[in-house]
Amino acid sequence: MTNQSIAMRDAFGQALVNLADKYDKMVVLDADVSSSTKTIEFGKIKPERFLNVGVAEANMVDIAGGLATCGLRPIVSTFAIFLALKCTDQIRNVVCYNNLPVIFVGGYAGLSDSFDGASHQSVTDLAIMRAMPNMTVLVPGDPTEVQTALEIALENNGPTYIRLSRNPSPILFEKQPLMEISKNRKLSNGSDITMAVCGIPTFMAIEATEKLMKLGVSVDLLQVSTLKPLDIDSLITSVSKTGKILTIEEHSVIGGLGGAIAEALGKHCPVKMDYIGIEDVFAESGPYPELMAKYGISVNAIVDRVKNSMEK
Amino acid sequence: MVKTEIKRIDSQKLLKETNLSKKAALLQYLAQQCRIDVFDILHEKGTGHWGGAASAAELITTLYFHIMKVRPNEPEWAERDRFVLSKGHASTMLYTVLSNRGYFPQSELSTFRTLNSRLQGHPCMNKTPGVEMSTGALGHGLSVTLGMALSAQLLKKKFWSFVLLGDGCLNEGQTWEAIMAAAKFKPERLVLMIDYNKVQLDGNSDEIMPLDPLPEKLKAFNWTVAPKVYDGNMVSDIIQSWEWMQKQTDWPLAVIYKTHKGKGVSFMEDNHKWHGAPIDEDNYAKGRPELLKTLKDLEVQS
Ligand SMILES: Cc1ncc(C[n+]2csc(CCOP(=O)(O)OP(=O)(O)O)c2C)c(N)n1
Repeated sequence: MTNQSIAMRDAFGQALVNLADKYDKMVVLDADVSSSTKTIEFGKIKPERFLNVGVAEANMVDIAGGLATCGLRPIVSTFAIFLALKCTDQIRNVVCYNNLPVIFVGGYAGLSDSFDGASHQSVTDLAIMRAMPNMTVLVPGDPTEVQTALEIALENNGPTYIRLSRNPSPILFEKQPLMEISKNRKLSNGSDITMAVCGIPTFMAIEATEKLMKLGVSVDLLQVSTLKPLDIDSLITSVSKTGKILTIEEHSVIGGLGGAIAEALGKHCPVKMDYIGIEDVFAESGPYPELMAKYGISVNAIVDRVKNSMEK
Repeated sequence: MVKTEIKRIDSQKLLKETNLSKKAALLQYLAQQCRIDVFDILHEKGTGHWGGAASAAELITTLYFHIMKVRPNEPEWAERDRFVLSKGHASTMLYTVLSNRGYFPQSELSTFRTLNSRLQGHPCMNKTPGVEMSTGALGHGLSVTLGMALSAQLLKKKFWSFVLLGDGCLNEGQTWEAIMAAAKFKPERLVLMIDYNKVQLDGNSDEIMPLDPLPEKLKAFNWTVAPKVYDGNMVSDIIQSWEWMQKQTDWPLAVIYKTHKGKGVSFMEDNHKWHGAPIDEDNYAKGRPELLKTLKDLEVQS
């Protein structure tokens, strides 16, 4: 880990610019939030392939569906909350039902739109997107993974959801091999407990692992960047060794990473499980780190939860 | 009831007809023939939507046999004109016209709504050759077709993009989002066709959700709207509307067609009860002779 941070949305804007010439069929659509999501950076260099459709998200998704039927590669961008909730019908009935290669980039996901409050905080998008047949679901864990996720999506012949955060995230994987689809990244070897994490809390899980090691608890830490299709094998290998798992995500504990892993392990290798995420509640306005901590997502929360589980 | 066989038109020969009024008469006959096939299938299956399918017989027939450039033996031909049936419940009419046009055998029509069939209750683009977009949930068609028209612009292609909406799609907020967006981007050769029978599922649109004054609304949204409301159950009128479309340069275009839901069976016409009710023995026996008589009359004319 370095001390350097980059905002996930800036990494996204830059990735679009970097890939603009390589993928000449790429069309970027945004719904009047391009200055926030940073798709405007693409609009500046490729105005003819940038469509700002106004505050009409459902229409935007179906326009993208129409573009995809004609061989273009649309990237639909807005806040995750609006994409997952205002366009569910369009994503299901037009894009996923027809297996069209449309890329959805949900920005400001989790609690990252912290000051705007619960109306803007997206903690059910993974549950919704994961439930759609044909959908691939990617969650980059640091800014360096954003462009790789986008390239994976551009090479995928069906719909892809990429979940992004608004805020700065430490660079974690600059010197590591590139993110791969359906391949969990092993971040620490241990035998007492497995931890599986996705998205922004990845850096917290790394710090918590270091603290726990000092307390004599050895953690097998996996970062999951593809929620669907899930890399089940590495999870089975890990829990076969540790016998228990804690999942960590910036999402409701219902239906996200924890849900996906519970479904898989429940069937193939049942072990004791615990979940860190937003409990079944609406959060509130506040500064991002404090908000995350209040709703149970922090280094200390992870350490405490593991300590508790070890005592049982 | 014994099903009287009908005299079938040679639809491939019809395509080559160069005399326009002769062709219009042949198309009017073909549309009625398709209407009878739909009536038969819906009766046989006891499931599906009669009202909206009958309403659109002439529109869909004229599109595929006169207006659109398509290659049924090469359904994915990149330059083809696009048609999206936004009112997907009229699927049987689309399937019947597509099979007549040569996309798949007519014998397949009777598999409608059965297990393993390519003919789903509502159109599915990945199952049925010729279907450009899966529809069924109302309100998607115009947005998707706008995406197709924008593709033509981006890819520097000249194909037309047609979409057929009923009253129901025009109740949906998304359609009005698309109406605004289309007027912003103004892609060439985008045509919104409205099957304006003014009857929905629960009742007349005037009582469910009034849409008038519809032409004025579309004009106010900066669309080029056809100067008259055409008769959408009259092929010669639909051909006239196509003549008008081809002369336009200000996009997008909207054309309103006055139609009759359940057209062709007097006691089913303009009656919301026949939106999706199964056609039982009694009503089939009463209705079919009416459809046959019209077909016979059209034969005399053609
Ligand atoms: C989003 C959505 N809501 C409700 C329905 C159920 N439904 C099917 S058709 C219909 C009414 C359609 O009316 P109209 O467009 O006038 O049909 P037409 O007479 O042209 O066939 C309704 C409410 C649906 N298919 N989709």
